[in-house]
Amino acid sequence: MSTVLQNLVNQPYKHGFVTEIESDVAPKGLNEDTIRLISIKKTEPQWLLDFRLEAYRHWLEMDEPKWPNVHYPKIDFQSISYYSAPKAKPKLSSMDEVDPELLRTFEKLGVPMNERAVLAGVAVDVIFDSVSVATTYKEKLAEVGIIFCSISEAVHKHPELVRKYLGTVVPAGDNYYAALNSAVFTDGSFCFIPKGVKCPMDLSTYFRINTQDSGQFERTLIVAEEGASVSYLEGCTAPKFDTNQLHAAVVELVALDRADIKYSTVQNWYAGDENGVGGIYNFVTKRGLCKGVDSRISWTQVETGSAITWKYPSCVLLGDNSIGEFYSVALTNNYQQADTGTKMIHIGKNTRSTIVSKGISAGRSNNSYRGLVKIGAKADGARNYSQCDSMLIGDRCGANTFPYIQVNNNTAVVEHEASTSKIGEDQLFYFAQRGIGAEEAVSMIINGFCKTVFQQLPMEFAVEATKLLGLKLEGSVG
Amino acid sequence: MIQQNGKTLLEVRGLCASVNGIDILKGIDLTVRSGEVHALMGPNGSGKSTFAKALAGHPSYVVTGGTVFYEGKNLLELKPEERARAGLFLGFQYPVEIPGVANSQFLRLAYNTVQAQRGKDELDPLEFDDFVREKMKLLEMNPDFLDRSVNEGFSGGEKKRNEVLQMALLEPRLAILDETDSGLDIDALRVVAGGINQLATKDNAIVLVTHYQRLLNYIVPDYVHVMDAGRIVKTGGKELALELETRGYDWVGAEHEAAAKATA
Repeated sequence: MSTVLQNLVNQPYKHGFVTEIESDVAPKGLNEDTIRLISIKKTEPQWLLDFRLEAYRHWLEMDEPKWPNVHYPKIDFQSISYYSAPKAKPKLSSMDEVDPELLRTFEKLGVPMNERAVLAGVAVDVIFDSVSVATTYKEKLAEVGIIFCSISEAVHKHPELVRKYLGTVVPAGDNYYAALNSAVFTDGSFCFIPKGVKCPMDLSTYFRINTQDSGQFERTLIVAEEGASVSYLEGCTAPKFDTNQLHAAVVELVALDRADIKYSTVQNWYAGDENGVGGIYNFVTKRGLCKGVDSRISWTQVETGSAITWKYPSCVLLGDNSIGEFYSVALTNNYQQADTGTKMIHIGKNTRSTIVSKGISAGRSNNSYRGLVKIGAKADGARNYSQCDSMLIGDRCGANTFPYIQVNNNTAVVEHEASTSKIGEDQLFYFAQRGIGAEEAVSMIINGFCKTVFQQLPMEFAVEATKLLGLKLEGSVG
Repeated sequence: MIQQNGKTLLEVRGLCASVNGIDILKGIDLTVRSGEVHALMGPNGSGKSTFAKALAGHPSYVVTGGTVFYEGKNLLELKPEERARAGLFLGFQYPVEIPGVANSQFLRLAYNTVQAQRGKDELDPLEFDDFVREKMKLLEMNPDFLDRSVNEGFSGGEKKRNEVLQMALLEPRLAILDETDSGLDIDALRVVAGGINQLATKDNAIVLVTHYQRLLNYIVPDYVHVMDAGRIVKTGGKELALELETRGYDWVGAEHEAAAKATA
């Protein structure tokens, strides 16, 4: 690979800093006592403790999945601390009360809180390590009956809702990492849009991993009742560490009749250094259930970080005429490994799904798309369209596509398209010969390549995503 | 056409270059003045394309000896994009495809980059659209080209038209057109050649790299150079191309060798 290309793809991580805030960290290790400790710390009801313990017992009998196309040393689950919270402080009612150190952290990251949040019309439920620190806009949302709070708070204030939906899309024993999450999750977001309500603004949460060696297990639950709609934004970034940090989140979405949920993610976690040392291990289970007729769930993700990404935001299309969508950009660089894709499970009649996946590999990274399209026996008239494109930057990276298609109904129409392209010396030379430098050329090629996905993002997120990819690939050219 | 007071645009002396460690160019001498059209001919593998790419600064083509001055500046010290901005244009023999980047976007960025370099106004997308459509008429190109990805799925002829369109937009001082005639049917050849002729002025110069005489029926060269084994072995007027058409290339090489022996 030419030096120009190498410089381009070897930008250091710009969000690598550790905030010094006193943390309340549980001793390392995982057993039933740890789980009871988490539950006590969070003063949870018995049913939730039972849910956790059941998940833990499932987990003990499960094996780590071996099928993903990623390689990493065995994780020692006993060396992880499962609870970490900023030292207890009285609940904050305004931004002024938030630790200034914390605010400076968000400043560096460009989190649209305080004035910016107001201007942008974004309600930010800020997750710092495992406990919610401040929530804005909650009252405004409450006026239209929307509940948007941390899941811990929801457990106390709306236990009937949490109990009704928690674990209904991703059951406690669904997979190894989902079971682990169900056992030890500490916090996350809860969002409930009642019947007929269109959420007046995009809801946004910033996740941040802060305490070294504290595995983070978020749990997010979003429910849209009949005719409701919501657009939810998730943005992530983490400080630079040399030891790997495990992250195993679970996100569950439930859409009832005619409900519409749009879930967008821009992820920029620490990916390890240019030699592949450190970085986040990201094992996520995200699944949406189109429970009602004419419902729609749309996932859009821009994945640029993590040493290892294992993530398949999926849709279960149960309601007739329901729609599932997956739009993804996954960028890997240096020694990053990503095995990501989606599952579209068609159960109801005339269900439709669209998959657009764009994988970009640079450095020595390995980027795999893995997707399942399953058409059930009763899914008359189901349709799927899949497009999986890979782009290689340089000649030491890899891209793979693993499409799985299972069709049990002969009225189904399933289309799959795939392509692989390469940004090589010749393309950059072509741009250069027209006066365009390498940095601008790469950014133009990448943005062109990702256009169909970026168009799905909310406006300000699209801008952020474009910048992020630029930041990941631009550099000291020449 | 040859002018009495044509300014020297390009001065190549003893240029040697290698690709992947193999020496291809073995001492090229060439002087190009403004207003001139040069044809660079020769058999396959004689080094014509290597010469073109080395002048444009392709990173795989390593200059191992000699000098190149462009408008009095040392061309070899400039990065490829700086050479382009200084007005050196290479029409590619095999233009690469760039999926996902709209041709209009690419053309506008290239145009504005060169405009900025010349201290001229850049055009916004709407202004540029009007401007580029006018230029496309010159080459009888369908405006659909603007919305398609750069060169993606273009036929051979379409790619070549797109190259000449870029030349029309960038108005280079020195245009090196590498086999712009290959892949063109006779009608397309007429159109493309007509376009090139309209772009030739007394202030710029064109070097046509070609295998065949037929392009030179449309674009009449002032000089015809024959390359063989990495050198220019014969230079003549437009009649030389006709002679090559009937006699082939072998005799030129043989003649050159005989001459070399005689002097030795």
